Amino acid sequence: MSLVNFTAREIACKIVYYGPGRSGKTTNLHYVYDRVPDSRRGQMVSLATQTDRTLFFDFLPIDLGQISGFSTRFQLYTVPGQVYYNATRRLVLQGADGVVFVADSQAQQLDENLESLQNLQSNLLEHGVDVRSLPLVMQYNKQDLPRELILAPADLDDALNFRGVPSFGADALHGAGVFETLKGISELVLKRLAAGSPA
Amino acid sequence: MTSALNPRYTFENFVVGAANRLAATAGRTVAENPGSAYNPLFVYSGPGLGKTHLLMGVGHTAKQLTPGLNIEYLTLDEWVEAFHAAVAAGQGDAFRRRFQNVDVLLVDDVQFLSNRKEMQSELLRLTEALQVAGRQIVLTSDRPPAEIGDLDARLISRLSGGLVVDIGAPDYETRVAILRRKAEERGASFRPGVLEAVADAPLTNVRELMGAVNRLMAHQAVNDSPIDGEAAKRLLGIGAAAPPGAPSAAVGRGGAGVSPPSPPAVDEFGAFLADVAVTVGRAVEAWRTRVAEEILRWEGEGYRTHRLEALLDQNSPAAVDEAIAAFVRDVERLKVLELEVAQLDPAVAGQSVFRDPERIRDAEEEAARVRAGAAPPPAPSPAFPLSAYAVGPSNQVAVSAVRAVLERPGKKYSPLVLVGHSGCGKTHLLNALGLELAHANGAIVACLSTQAFIDELIAAIDANRVDWWRARYRRVTALLLDDVHLVAGKERTQEELFNLFNLLQDRERQLVFTAPAPPNTLAGIEERIASRLEGGLVVELKAPDRDVKRAVVERILTQQDLAPEPPLLDYLADRPADSVRSLVAAAQRVMSAAGAQDVPVTVGLAREVLEGTSPQEEGGAEDGRERRGGGRAGPRTSGVVVSSLGSIKSREKTVWDWPDVPDRLIEDFR
Repeated sequence: MSLVNFTAREIACKIVYYGPGRSGKTTNLHYVYDRVPDSRRGQMVSLATQTDRTLFFDFLPIDLGQISGFSTRFQLYTVPGQVYYNATRRLVLQGADGVVFVADSQAQQLDENLESLQNLQSNLLEHGVDVRSLPLVMQYNKQDLPRELILAPADLDDALNFRGVPSFGADALHGAGVFETLKGISELVLKRLAAGSPA
Repeated sequence: MTSALNPRYTFENFVVGAANRLAATAGRTVAENPGSAYNPLFVYSGPGLGKTHLLMGVGHTAKQLTPGLNIEYLTLDEWVEAFHAAVAAGQGDAFRRRFQNVDVLLVDDVQFLSNRKEMQSELLRLTEALQVAGRQIVLTSDRPPAEIGDLDARLISRLSGGLVVDIGAPDYETRVAILRRKAEERGASFRPGVLEAVADAPLTNVRELMGAVNRLMAHQAVNDSPIDGEAAKRLLGIGAAAPPGAPSAAVGRGGAGVSPPSPPAVDEFGAFLADVAVTVGRAVEAWRTRVAEEILRWEGEGYRTHRLEALLDQNSPAAVDEAIAAFVRDVERLKVLELEVAQLDPAVAGQSVFRDPERIRDAEEEAARVRAGAAPPPAPSPAFPLSAYAVGPSNQVAVSAVRAVLERPGKKYSPLVLVGHSGCGKTHLLNALGLELAHANGAIVACLSTQAFIDELIAAIDANRVDWWRARYRRVTALLLDDVHLVAGKERTQEELFNLFNLLQDRERQLVFTAPAPPNTLAGIEERIASRLEGGLVVELKAPDRDVKRAVVERILTQQDLAPEPPLLDYLADRPADSVRSLVAAAQRVMSAAGAQDVPVTVGLAREVLEGTSPQEEGGAEDGRERRGGGRAGPRTSGVVVSSLGSIKSREKTVWDWPDVPDRLIEDFR
């Protein structure tokens, strides 16, 4: 996992959107994709079923251009949420610099969220990564749904955010909170860059 | 009168960018080492760029690190006012005293010194006083000292004498970072792109940026809705870069807990990019800051920092920390070498080679050269061990004083002065003490005759190496001088001895001297030295008593593998002898006579030899004549024994172990 290559003057961040099925991971990527100028985005690769469920993964490369003399690229991935695609999830997680956990705010999805969170933890462990050491942010998606159906961000924090990582309410479909989330994870990842460069 | 430090103005919330990095680092350095790094530190910049923040940051940090420091912050105007009030109250002197007791003086806005002659001279006086006392002064101004109108040239040079640094206008990234920090402090949150839009505005100073943020906050509060980047630009009257925002995408589900989505016209990606740029800039360039801080630090300590400066030219932080660590290691090594060399030869320690980590090899060589040239001072002679020192009532006090010194060198009896007639064992005891002291870890014991000390000094003067000579003695842990009375009349030696004495005593090093009589009775010794010698412990070694004599004789005979019979020991111990030396001479004569005749050493033989009834009398006419001519008791005779072959065969007259040529002993024939 080489985040910064000082010789080639490159920064490459791999950010994985993780979460239960139908929580809105791909929607996040689509929103980002739509806002990135053509010149800066690569082709978004999406392997979906006919019913628009992610089968394999989505991949969106973004070229941020020269930043402080570094050619900076972000690679956004999503994992398939369905329980039976765990091997794919593990594969995608490999070498991730940061993870966005996209939770479905609907109250009835709480168990799925918890299960997926545990799955994230165990998959990371299989890669020898301690979830406590990896940059992670929580996104509570679908906050635009009627209040009676969803849990408030504070409640979701209580239920899911044991580590007290940054969390963002979002409505990925319309974009609210999408870039805030991306910014949040980017900052964590890039701060590690400062800490990770010989200090 | 004196303003309190604003708690919000600390280094923690001072946003550092390229334009103020040097000033911030210098400020931190000064706060960490008040009075020693850059004094005075003079910071200048246009208004609203953080001078006051920096100045107070210095105060906060200094106070944090050393809570006991007396720190005063005030603007020049406040100072002038205070001065005028003090003068009006007739308390001008009290005013001056008060500021001279300040550990860190922070004066803001000194540009107002223009055309104030009396305040200029007051500040000059204060600056001088504080600098002399090692207290820190930090001043800020809106222009460099030389550009402050009508400023006294002496004050200009005084103010410029430390470090003068400027703070430039912040660059875009720094502006964004400052705006974020300020918005956060005020608990305001803005939509993406808003602060970036403000940062894009042609506002050159931080206060204007703050003003812009305040306006946006007020606007947001009034309208109860978040403002976007374009609206912010319009509100601030910044040239509209883009047409007013396209209609917002409607939010269908009207949810809670999330702000409405941004209108598509807002360049969310652009805002994201700007954010990432700031973060990357900070993260990637952090190493440059570290290097710059190291440069400032070591330059401040007087070391050459070329190697660190070269690091700044590279593009990546590859091995920067290793390089810094290596640099610091080299500097530490230089410090060790410099300290060592300073002890051996102070003149060499001042060389620049000990301040340049690039030349560490030269420094090592130089140190090695100095080390090689720095012969250790003369050591005590191993021929005089303490175990061989015979103790009896005549020298009991002196020996116990010596044992007390050995228990607590430099602390109990220093100086110790051993007084006694020639030959009563002073030199032996002195050397024995020296040998014991030398056993201690790291001990450097100088033990020599005063004559040798004088000769060394003369040689050093001749070779123009007095510094080197002094350094050689200054690093000893004990100085033992035999026959100190020989400095009588040697003014320069007394001067050097006086200084050395004081220095070693200050460092609690042991001083021991021998003299034939109490120091205050010695002629030709300066009062200041005599009184210092008297100030320690003066103990007398008396003429050897019977116990000492018996022990000495027994030792000598035993050393010659002779088994002395008690009557012989008693006989020799009972003979009158005013010194150990004469006793030894007598014993040796008896032994040599026995050797010559090849008979055992007996009391009878001793009587014959020492009381004039030598069996060799008729064997050597000249010898016999000499003795008869002398006509005196045995101890006065020479003890020369002439064998039948005509060659001299006397232990006393024969040098068995030839010492070094300059030290060869030539004994007078009596």
